[in-house]
Amino acid sequence: MRLTGAQALIKSLEMKDVEVIFGLPGGAILPVYDPILDSPIRHILVRHEQGAGHMAEGYAHVTGRPGVAMVTSGPGATNIVTPLADAAMDSIPIVVITGQVATGSIGTDAFQECPITGVTMDVTKHNWLVTDAQDIPRIVAEAFEVATTGRPGPVLVDVPKDVANAQMNWYWPSSAAELDLPGYHPATEGDPREVREAAKLILRASRPVIYAGGGILKAHAADELKELAQRTGIPVVTTLMARGAFPDSHPLALGMPGMHGNYTAVTAIQHADLLVALGARFDDRVTGKVDAFAPEAKVIHVDVDPAELGKVRQAEVQIAGDARRVIAELLKSLEALGLADPAKEEAGAAASDSPASVRPDLGPWMEQIRAWQKQFPLTYRQEEGGALKPQYVVETLRDMTPDDTILVSGVGQHQMWASQYWRFDYPYTWVNSGGAGTMGFAVPASIGAKVGRPGKMVWTIDGDGCFQMTAQELVTASAERIPVKIAILNNAYLGMVRQWQELFYEERYSEVYLSPDLPDYVKWAEAMGAVGIRVESAEEVAPAIEKANGVDDRPVVVDFRTDAFEKVYPMVPAGASNDDIIVGPTEGEGGR
Amino acid sequence: MKAPVRHHIVFARVENKAGVLARVAGLFSRRGFNIYSLAVAPTHDERFSRITIVVDVESAPLDQIVRQLDKLVNVVEIAELAPEEATERELLLATVHATPADRGQVIALVGVFEGTIVDVGLDAMTVLLAGPPSKLDDFEALIRPFGITELQRTGRVALPKLTRRAARLRAVRGGEDDEAG
Repeated sequence: MRLTGAQALIKSLEMKDVEVIFGLPGGAILPVYDPILDSPIRHILVRHEQGAGHMAEGYAHVTGRPGVAMVTSGPGATNIVTPLADAAMDSIPIVVITGQVATGSIGTDAFQECPITGVTMDVTKHNWLVTDAQDIPRIVAEAFEVATTGRPGPVLVDVPKDVANAQMNWYWPSSAAELDLPGYHPATEGDPREVREAAKLILRASRPVIYAGGGILKAHAADELKELAQRTGIPVVTTLMARGAFPDSHPLALGMPGMHGNYTAVTAIQHADLLVALGARFDDRVTGKVDAFAPEAKVIHVDVDPAELGKVRQAEVQIAGDARRVIAELLKSLEALGLADPAKEEAGAAASDSPASVRPDLGPWMEQIRAWQKQFPLTYRQEEGGALKPQYVVETLRDMTPDDTILVSGVGQHQMWASQYWRFDYPYTWVNSGGAGTMGFAVPASIGAKVGRPGKMVWTIDGDGCFQMTAQELVTASAERIPVKIAILNNAYLGMVRQWQELFYEERYSEVYLSPDLPDYVKWAEAMGAVGIRVESAEEVAPAIEKANGVDDRPVVVDFRTDAFEKVYPMVPAGASNDDIIVGPTEGEGGR
Repeated sequence: MKAPVRHHIVFARVENKAGVLARVAGLFSRRGFNIYSLAVAPTHDERFSRITIVVDVESAPLDQIVRQLDKLVNVVEIAELAPEEATERELLLATVHATPADRGQVIALVGVFEGTIVDVGLDAMTVLLAGPPSKLDDFEALIRPFGITELQRTGRVALPKLTRRAARLRAVRGGEDDEAG
């Protein structure tokens, strides 16, 4: 069958079961937009290419399937660099197709030419410049393979206009053997000897903590994680990228560690004698000062990316492998060492000479943890008639929405409050920009999430600064009837920057004030075809949410006017030891 | 031009495709790894090139450098060797100031080091020397007093020493026995 390169490209996406493309056409990608008209694949026309990239990410976050975005050459391609970098940081599988000027014009500074494979080399897992239409099916198959296996990540395929127009003989690589990836062999199974060592360390520990990262979600290992925690009785912290990987309502859940983690999660790690890191990368926002992080702990580090092992912290046991398979092997190993399975055996069934029979009692450790939880819970105070507290909005929203609501956030204070005060009991219900910290992520990501999971309620908690960066994608949502719900925690500031200036720059506020009513968020929402609601006091919060929950044919924006002086606590100042955690504001702080 | 004390040799067999060297070089700059020298050329199999990189392991742990390089999709195989485990060679071309009065001494030195004089001018000579990098270092130090006007070294190329190859070559890929985790 003779096809054009463009037809082959769209057909290849169909072969990969792509159901939706987020994109925006332009000159160099024009040939590829023609066969879209004849394809069952849905195309969602964005208003800015950055939106297409974040939508693809949001889609991938909630479905676990690669999100696809398509844009033109030059500025179209450079506009999607931020989502690529974001996806690279958070290991999100997205496939970005870019148009390119004709091969004969490459290198001549042609109109809308940009060497996008060079530009994105460092922010993609891999990228391809297609030079022959005949290669298109193979390269598309390779792109999906690389994006979705091992440590997932973004890939980019750059297609020159003449290649898209050229004829080719259609084929489809039916197996991995037909791909040309001689250097690509992601790790899967962990070394059994290391797994056994890990099991022994677990049975010797008296103050263990499981440090669960986003890799749990990528590996679809939430069930295995829960079983490991329950079988061993080890408490679990979930990083920002792992919220939902372990249910917050579980008795062993300690919540989020790190710079704005809760006291118990942070302190339990500091006092632990064993840290079981599963799909986590010892990010600086978790560790604080690395030398002072978990100083007494031995470390078991499981990651599908061998380069993460030993990158930040030298682990006593390093296991390169897929979290799901390694945890399953670890459970078998623990059983072989005598750890009883409560589901199968009566209590005390461990053989008297097995390592498990002399395992330290975790009782005192859990007592200590309960004491910390009691002494240092997350706190804020919503005074009657007082300024609206952002935490109150998050809690009310949490309590008024289904438990499996998908929550999306941008980056900053609102993101931390969302992570702290929401209760994540299901995997793949939390979508945010972690490693890259991309302001403007939320609105488009929420659209992608809703497209991926149309049956679920999708709420976004955004900041006023973030919202202004990508709000125009609500036009896309209105046009496509994608009913996302946006709660702006409008404190009229770039709040997190303001918080740092207050705490670390002697309250010298430099370029952080935004104004609460410029723009007028309600009018702006309405202009974009969305419902706009304004909330200025605590009493109005619940009715507004109720109203928003009832809208299912268009987007809703709720402008919550929140207290500009509220800060995110606890806080570990940047570069400080996690032992120096600040639990809450000192008396009289905040200029009130 | 003395080699740093703490350096290692990393061999990478890479796909012979456009942009692969840029990916390798980009990785070094992005991760803050220092390259001491780098040599690239096709192998006997035209689908692949071999890159020999001498890395400064003061700048980053060797494991980290090797594992990050191995993640590049176009890197097919990677191994590292300590200098004592490798047969290393390098080529040096130098234009040395050599007036008729000095010429004899320069020629004598080149003879002692088994180098070659490849070009002669009125008051300068271009000499060529191939050999282990340390020999080139010595030669360079000895001709420097005459006045070096141009100097180009290729950076070293290396292969594992044969007698030790089976036992000591620590390939990351497929060598999980040595590199567990």
